[in-house]
Amino acid sequence: MTEIPANRDIKQANVTHQWKHDRPLIACRFDPLGRYVFASSEDNSIQRWTLADEAKVSLQGHDSWVFALEHSLDGNWTVSGGGDGRLIWWETASAEPKPVRTLDAHHGWIRTLAVSPDGKTLASAGNDHVIRLWNIQEGTPLGELHGHERHVYCVRFHPTDSNILLSGDIMASLKQWDLAKEAVSREFDCKSLHTYNSGQKVDFGGVRAIAVSPDGKYLAAGGLHKASNPLGSVHEPLDLMFDWESQKLLQSCVAENIRSVIWRQLFLDNKTVMAVSGGTSGGFLHFWTPEAAKEAHQFKLPRLARDMDLHSDGLQVATAHSDSQLRITKLAKKEA
Amino acid sequence: MAIKYTCNNNEHQFARRTFLGGMLTGASAVVGGLGAFANPQAYAKLNRDQKRIVVFNMHGGLSQLESWDPKPGTDTGGPTRAIATSVPGIHIADTLPHTAKQMHNLCLVRSVNTRNGDHGKGRYMMLTGRAQTPAADYPEIGAVAAKTLNPPQSSLPGHIRITPGGSGGRGNDSAYLGPKYASISLDGGKPPQNTTLPKSVTEAGDQKRNQFRQFANTSFLERRRTAMTDAFTYSYEQAEQLMQQRDIFDISKESEKDAARYGTHDFGRHCLLARRLLENNISFVQVSHSNYDTHNENFNFHLEQLDEFDSPFATFVGDLADRGMLESTLIVVLSEFGRTPRINDRYGRDHWGNAWSVALGGCGVTNGAAFGATNENGTKVVDGEIDHRHLFHTYLAAVGVDPTGSFDIGGRDMLMADPEGHAIKEILV
Repeated sequence: MTEIPANRDIKQANVTHQWKHDRPLIACRFDPLGRYVFASSEDNSIQRWTLADEAKVSLQGHDSWVFALEHSLDGNWTVSGGGDGRLIWWETASAEPKPVRTLDAHHGWIRTLAVSPDGKTLASAGNDHVIRLWNIQEGTPLGELHGHERHVYCVRFHPTDSNILLSGDIMASLKQWDLAKEAVSREFDCKSLHTYNSGQKVDFGGVRAIAVSPDGKYLAAGGLHKASNPLGSVHEPLDLMFDWESQKLLQSCVAENIRSVIWRQLFLDNKTVMAVSGGTSGGFLHFWTPEAAKEAHQFKLPRLARDMDLHSDGLQVATAHSDSQLRITKLAKKEA
Repeated sequence: MAIKYTCNNNEHQFARRTFLGGMLTGASAVVGGLGAFANPQAYAKLNRDQKRIVVFNMHGGLSQLESWDPKPGTDTGGPTRAIATSVPGIHIADTLPHTAKQMHNLCLVRSVNTRNGDHGKGRYMMLTGRAQTPAADYPEIGAVAAKTLNPPQSSLPGHIRITPGGSGGRGNDSAYLGPKYASISLDGGKPPQNTTLPKSVTEAGDQKRNQFRQFANTSFLERRRTAMTDAFTYSYEQAEQLMQQRDIFDISKESEKDAARYGTHDFGRHCLLARRLLENNISFVQVSHSNYDTHNENFNFHLEQLDEFDSPFATFVGDLADRGMLESTLIVVLSEFGRTPRINDRYGRDHWGNAWSVALGGCGVTNGAAFGATNENGTKVVDGEIDHRHLFHTYLAAVGVDPTGSFDIGGRDMLMADPEGHAIKEILV
């Protein structure tokens, strides 16, 4: 985890920049060196904005939407995973980024990517139920994890142990994998994140977002609940906060009267998780701690958000929006 | 002795013009119920060529862009990709990989414009071929098929609906054709309600009871026979036949191998049941699949629903082809409408009736073909625009019924299909 900036104040959060693309945005990530922010779009492209001068470059290579973006920890590689089942490696800082390596990695959508804390391994997963592990520098396969029976929505590494991977699926099965054994070591009970609507005959919800606190004490699993009308988007965000060791559910964190789903979350410090949600109520940044079910703070974004990332400065938050805007929110007092 | 009907209902009189004899006479025809089959030669032909219709009703509004008319790489295409099918040049969405292998047995209509975005009205339009008005009610395609295709001697109902849930019983979908042609609902794929004897009644006791009912009926009908008493008698007789032939509705009689091929989930079992019913010469079967009303997360839900639909449906089409039943069975995959090309904030698509698709296949249509077209991003029909009226005409024409014919209802000719429509000649064979 980056050092906590002294001037961070979540209650002073304010939007500092918004950069428009032609089409609605889907996923977004800062590069680890903090030079760029990348965002995928409904036009199958990825856009790269340079933070220093706001210059925008388009990356073209996928035949479908890009749902997942990650970077090698050295910042050299940007990796994208798309609905075409492809993983594409791009040179992050290239003046005109082109696909350097393209792998037909999965059957069906790739929904999620994660990079291990030692910087060696990339994990990818999606609709073929398989988690695949890759050497992030070479793009060579390192292994496969089988065990999910439905679409995998999220994979995340433990923040300090590269041998531990966490994965969640639509049925709210959250598995902890021991990568050395390529086996599930534990499962967390996240059933309240799943809904089966017998009238509409659909499964809905699932583990959409996983985060582990930097000190490894807490695990947060985010998604939605109260899905009385899944097809009509009637549901509320829910974040389950577990004690890592005992797996005891500490809090079911809620944001009452907001209709949205948590798309991503990460810990700002050892206690505070920041989640982004989007839905009919709009877009929000939620801040929860293990001490309370109610939010410590909530920041309403200008429009519905679909993804979020935190800059390496620990202050700037990028959000990808359905109104085609990439917004930067600063978790600090507004500058004069 | 000839019976004089106290109601003088022409339902019980011979048709003035025979609808059978060539099935499609070219001239307008009137179907008069029992009278329609007065010509033994015509009936023999019908028996030999027994036609059937099976409708897959994709409740809620199937997205044409995630099924029959994908637009990858456009502003409306979403993440859905197009895949090749068994017919060179025809591509469908990657959500339907198994169905793509059966495209040579299917015929796509990609130019439907019903100008409607209301569930109830859309359902009515697509199943009756008419706009819903307070002034009149029209029978659904299932009732029309039961009336025109089911042999009068058939001891089985001609109009069956298989639904995932519900309370069973008969539908209110036959309008002026009367309850005889209303659907019998097999809710949850279970056999019709009340088709087993109560434990307290023995078979011998039931037989005596029926004999007494028949005796009382006969005495009564000698003096006061009406359409209503006939319908009453018919319902008893049909119930009796249903009880005797209950196995027809029981898919546990199908092989374990077939059950595994179709899948153990509801829709797989319902497709297998549909095959069983059609094999037993039931004229019309409607299978529901739910739900496609995806205002939220359209792509996730279509992946989920079509993943369930794709394999059993393709297995069903393949089985009908392998068994030679496609020559006599029309397949229709419809919805109440399609979904908006525009993708909303929540990755959803909303109601849209202006440019969408229906899939046909099998009997009477050109298989391995795609009729009509939408523009590059699917926002407008640009070739071969048709609507629910044309489709209704086409369904009937495909199974050899003259859609310009009429029913003789109480001495009044009721047109089978909306006269403003016509069959899509380009896809009929």
